[in-house]
Amino acid sequence: MSTATIAGTAVERNDEGFFVDPNQWTRDIAVEIAAEDGITTMTDQHWQVIDFMRKEYFEKGTGPTVRVLGKTSGVSVKDLYLLFPKGPAKMAAHIAGIPKPRGCI
Amino acid sequence: MTKRIVILGGGTGGTLVANRLHRHYHKAHGDVSITVIDQDNHHVYQPGLLFVPFGLADEREIVRSRKAQLHKDVEFIESGIERVDSGRDVVVLADGRELGYDLLVIATGSHLALDETEGLAGAGWNEKVFTFYDLPGATALAAALADFEGGRLVVNVVDMPIKCPVAPLEFCFLADWYFTDRGIRDKVEITYATPLDGAFTKPVASATLASLLDEKGIHLVTEFNTGEVDGIGGKLVGYDGREMPFDLAVVVPLHSGGDYVGRSEGLGDDLNFVPTNKSTLQTLAKGNIFAIGDATNVPASKAGSVTHFEGEVLVENIVRFLEGRDLSSTFDGHANCFIETGFGKALLIDFNYETEPLPGHYPSRVGMPLLKESRMNHLGKLMFQWFYWHALLQGRDVPGIGTDMPEHGKQHTSTTPNRAPEEASA
Ligand SMILES: Cc1cc2nc3c(=O)[nH]c(=O)nc-3n(C[C@H](O)[C@H](O)[C@H](O)COP(=O)(O)OP(=O)(O)OC[C@H]3O[C@@H](n4cnc5c(N)ncnc54)[C@H](O)[C@@H]3O)c2cc1C
Repeated sequence: MSTATIAGTAVERNDEGFFVDPNQWTRDIAVEIAAEDGITTMTDQHWQVIDFMRKEYFEKGTGPTVRVLGKTSGVSVKDLYLLFPKGPAKMAAHIAGIPKPRGCI
Repeated sequence: MTKRIVILGGGTGGTLVANRLHRHYHKAHGDVSITVIDQDNHHVYQPGLLFVPFGLADEREIVRSRKAQLHKDVEFIESGIERVDSGRDVVVLADGRELGYDLLVIATGSHLALDETEGLAGAGWNEKVFTFYDLPGATALAAALADFEGGRLVVNVVDMPIKCPVAPLEFCFLADWYFTDRGIRDKVEITYATPLDGAFTKPVASATLASLLDEKGIHLVTEFNTGEVDGIGGKLVGYDGREMPFDLAVVVPLHSGGDYVGRSEGLGDDLNFVPTNKSTLQTLAKGNIFAIGDATNVPASKAGSVTHFEGEVLVENIVRFLEGRDLSSTFDGHANCFIETGFGKALLIDFNYETEPLPGHYPSRVGMPLLKESRMNHLGKLMFQWFYWHALLQGRDVPGIGTDMPEHGKQHTSTTPNRAPEEASA
């Protein structure tokens, strides 16, 4: 666990860089984390996925897997990989400030 | 008036709940009727499917009549399910017949969704591309393995969650043993491709299992999300464009809940699993609908051991619900799995919602070694089949194995995951 200052806000992240408290997240923070992950411009489609991830997390307690994202976020799995090339579920969770999707047990 | 309890699914969960409920109400002279509905009358001991491809088990050993596993006073209806009408407290059967209930239990497990992966069930299916997750698949694979003289074997998990998440790893370990035994191990390249970022979901066990794969010369490919299976060209194609060539592919398909769940308004999620309270096992759909086993969305392993531990909590809560009392019994996510590692050995892991699998001993300091290969664990795995038919399905507790995860005997401080500490100091 470590505390970092991102976009002027102190946030706590775990060893893998995922948020400990999703409520510390802001859109400005997301833009900076995306840049760290190699996404220089956050498009509307990126935000659509990020907002969806957060909604799912707050409703269900875990972010969705890639396949569920592809079925329900309105963005196809192929496009998800274009948006988040390092693996959509994990990368989008990272930027959305929610824990790593459990992918179940 | 007689309370009608209807249980959908006569597999592991449905059977053990029916028998436990029967025993409870028989003793308490309760006035209930218990009905189990299943689409067929063949109860498969699913852990046995792992052994079928290697010729170590076959259909005769692992299939029994479903009805015969149920107490004679439990009614068994062999039928498909069209949908649940929770507004009217009615189950609609495949032929349109309706069955009313006071309390419904969903125990229809999970379903292999082959169609969700492009090409999986297309050309080459059951010729070059197999699954061992059902009996026809495991049987066809046994013949293909017997004929296999060398080449690339790829074992692939399409997506999580799956039943018994360690089974694909066990398959790899057994394949390593099988080809060694046949004297052709040097001609076979074994690869395990998983969508996870490690060999397993939980960190300590993941490290142990990754080093076992390494020791056995099995390649581990992580974060591989299968987009397409090309049975003719002999390759898996990942969504990220990576290609994985194979001569024989063993694929664990995406799992989903039953189709009827999708047809039942308000019952399931996007994959037809049933949103369920992870402590009480009451569904979020309606107070008089409970769920058990693989059909739920609770964040526990989809495993028979979990289903068994859930059974006790579920029955207590059903009794309370029908008496109008508060639900009190809570499930902690306890799972307990033997992991077959080949050459007559196995590993044991024990964990719950909060505690990941740790080294040590089970169920207390003197007991089976945890997270460590041993012959005793292998015998435990083989004995499990006897317990399954004779104790677990009958709704009896397995001696020494309680519902709550035992804490004694676990080593929380260990940071050397692939060695139990007593071995490290020896
Ligand atoms: C290869 C393999 C190895 C495994 N190894 C282990 C192991 O070592 N240890 C362990 O603990 N667990 C293991 N498991 C998992 C274990 O078998 C399951 O978790 C367990 O059986 C779940 O019980 P259940 O009652 O939820 O589902 P099931 O036992 O699958 O029962 C579901 C029932 O519902 C019925 N059904 C479904 N849909 C309908 C419908 N529409 N209409 C009517 N009936 C329907 C089905 O016919 C079935 O009988 C393994 C599974 C597999 C596939």
